[in-house]
Amino acid sequence: MLYREAGQFKTSYGADSQIFPIRQDRIGMALLLAVAFIVVPLTGSEYWFSAILIPFLVFALAAMGLNVLTGYAGQLSLGSAAFMAVGAYAAYNFQLRIEGIPLVLSFILAGCCAAAVGVLFGLPSLRIKGFYLAVATLAAQFFVVWVLTKFAWFSNDSSSGVISTPKMDFFGIAINSPVKKYVFVLGIVCVMAWLAKNMARSSTGRAWMAVRDMDVAAEVIGIPLMKTKLLAFAVSSFYCGVAGALYAFCYLGSVEPDGFSLDLSFRILFMVIIGGVGSILGSFLGSAFILLLPIFLDQVLPPLAALLHLPFTNASVSHIQLMIFGGLIIFFLIVEPHGLARLWQITKEKLRLWPFPH
Amino acid sequence: MKTTQQLMLAAATAAVLLVSALPAAAQTSEQFIAIPSYRVGPYGTNGQSYYGGYVDYLNYLNIKEGGVNGVKLSWEECETEYNNAKGVECYERLKGKNNITHGTAINTMATGISYALIDKSVEDKVPLLMMGYGRTDAVDGSVFPYAFPLVTTYQMQISAIVKFLANKNGGSLAGKKIAYLYHDSAYGKEPIVAIEAEAALGKFKVVEIPVAHPGNEQGAQWLRIRQENPDYVIFWGWGVMNQTALKAAQKVGYARDKIIGSWWAGSEEDTVPAGDAAKGYMSATWSVSGTSVPVITDILKVLYTTGKGNMQDKAKVGSSLYNRGVSAALATVEAIRTAQAKYGKGKVMSGEQVRWGLENLNITNARLQQVGATGLLPEIKTSCENHEGSGKVKIQQWDGTKWVLVSDWIEGNKNLIHPLFKASAAKYAKEKGMTPACLK
Repeated sequence: MLYREAGQFKTSYGADSQIFPIRQDRIGMALLLAVAFIVVPLTGSEYWFSAILIPFLVFALAAMGLNVLTGYAGQLSLGSAAFMAVGAYAAYNFQLRIEGIPLVLSFILAGCCAAAVGVLFGLPSLRIKGFYLAVATLAAQFFVVWVLTKFAWFSNDSSSGVISTPKMDFFGIAINSPVKKYVFVLGIVCVMAWLAKNMARSSTGRAWMAVRDMDVAAEVIGIPLMKTKLLAFAVSSFYCGVAGALYAFCYLGSVEPDGFSLDLSFRILFMVIIGGVGSILGSFLGSAFILLLPIFLDQVLPPLAALLHLPFTNASVSHIQLMIFGGLIIFFLIVEPHGLARLWQITKEKLRLWPFPH
Repeated sequence: MKTTQQLMLAAATAAVLLVSALPAAAQTSEQFIAIPSYRVGPYGTNGQSYYGGYVDYLNYLNIKEGGVNGVKLSWEECETEYNNAKGVECYERLKGKNNITHGTAINTMATGISYALIDKSVEDKVPLLMMGYGRTDAVDGSVFPYAFPLVTTYQMQISAIVKFLANKNGGSLAGKKIAYLYHDSAYGKEPIVAIEAEAALGKFKVVEIPVAHPGNEQGAQWLRIRQENPDYVIFWGWGVMNQTALKAAQKVGYARDKIIGSWWAGSEEDTVPAGDAAKGYMSATWSVSGTSVPVITDILKVLYTTGKGNMQDKAKVGSSLYNRGVSAALATVEAIRTAQAKYGKGKVMSGEQVRWGLENLNITNARLQQVGATGLLPEIKTSCENHEGSGKVKIQQWDGTKWVLVSDWIEGNKNLIHPLFKASAAKYAKEKGMTPACLK
């Protein structure tokens, strides 16, 4: 009833090609952004910013990066964490070695470094596909961590290879409190999500999807395979690189190469799968699911156990968490293999017909 | 589809209701201690013993003395699974549980998590304990006011090991060859600067051999050791890497009594699975194992006869890691006591006050005897210049069933090692653009 597009007429090309064609969506999005930018910073607690919202946004950005590559361009990759590591260490080095470089510029350059590395490891994609390509990108995972550990220059000759991020400054505003960090991350993520959405629905995105669906046919209709695939790798790694820089600067404050392990790459891949392959919204939903559910269960299980008089220790809570988590992943994949984003889409379609479905 | 959606809706509503019924924050009249622990995950077995000892000591003190000068201790654990991101989440969650103590003194027993917390802990004024590990240049309290690598750092420890070996060889290692076999991570790389300094000073040769994480594949490394045939192997391993090394040494026929490990590589969790191969292996330790220490005997009596003990496997009480946990809790409690002596006995201490306590710790042998911990850990005397406070380790040897001490407390070469910390800390201060200053 509320969610109906009857009476909304598109009378110009501009109106026809906007991101949210339905007015309710536009209002909803504006409200969401207002809440995220104004209400949350005013009401949230430090715990929410530092432990929940910032990592959620950072991982959503990394998942978006992988989604560009895997979801839109169909190239399987297991190297997301490595590209994040490149971004984190590059941003650190730009800040350290170039006097007075603006923070945002160093993040953009860090993203470019990650993109360059991504293109390098994307080269095999011209010859191999699917699982074989996953193995090739796996090499990035090990190589990058090895380089960062091996050459002390990257960590400014720190004896342990661990970097500690310098103070952050955004054109004169010191980013030192959790709220400021949150707003800063939110700003970057919003801009990049907007760019990604537009890229996905432009000719670039269509070329990616053509390559994903059938690369031979795509080549026949004149899409340059090499350029398209490498562009996907570059854009994807750029996103992962910026996410890595944010992860190091705004979330942990200090990172070591080992922190960017294969495990992290898998987590990002799961976010994409659970959230929805080939969907920008899915990246956010997947990140929320993978990050927030364990924390949520952590909060809920002990009181629940106390209520039922069960002798729970911390360790058993942790084990049960893993079981519920695994169970839910299986459940979702069976009920909705296209991820949470697809569930949302179905809900929207139903709402548009409600209350008179046909 | 419809029923599943309804089910999910119902589940979500129930969960939201439950969350709103969560218990309120910890009581402000108690000294709340945050414990980001790990009892599952890759190093879960180590964590079970360590945090078992930690919690047991706190519980023991509550039962025995009603806390510290009448202030009851309370605590909450949060499972980190040895994962940095989870560790940060735990820290953020726990520090808000009590708005006076903010978690008292946080001890994560994980280098990665500690690194991530160093800056945050200064902002939040929560002391960060890194007993026997951690960011070693934090020994310089003028740059790292809230970080405390108490008892021994990796550098001082390796220096003490070199001293032990030199003593064994009539005071000098000149002309000898030592292989340094290490976990190729922050943990294994930190002592390199110290062993290189020692080698230059003592005129012996060091062969550095890294092992990739997790270390269950060491064939090439031991082949190299066989070729080089060093006089000793100093071993910086952890987790599964330790038993693998001992077995590999047995396979290539390298004498185990010429291998000497760090304290992370010196617990029952490492030697028992290696079985026969571990016999004769030595390691450094800063807390003595066994149940003969009075406080451990008393914990067994007070907690384990009444079923209040934290360890599910009672046999592990008195193991290296368990006693280490007790030592860590003991140091925390002594810091609270020291702080109370200055800021008022019987009061709940804030993070800032506990920080002062940690910086002015003076645990003498007499004090250790009073609390029943004679010989459990070395004397600790800290100051702003020296957050380590000791730098001493003992060397122990595995006799096939238990650890036997083969040395008294050995102090590393402070004159050689501490300037290294100072230089590293100064570099850090410059990177961060801060002026080193001691907090009052």
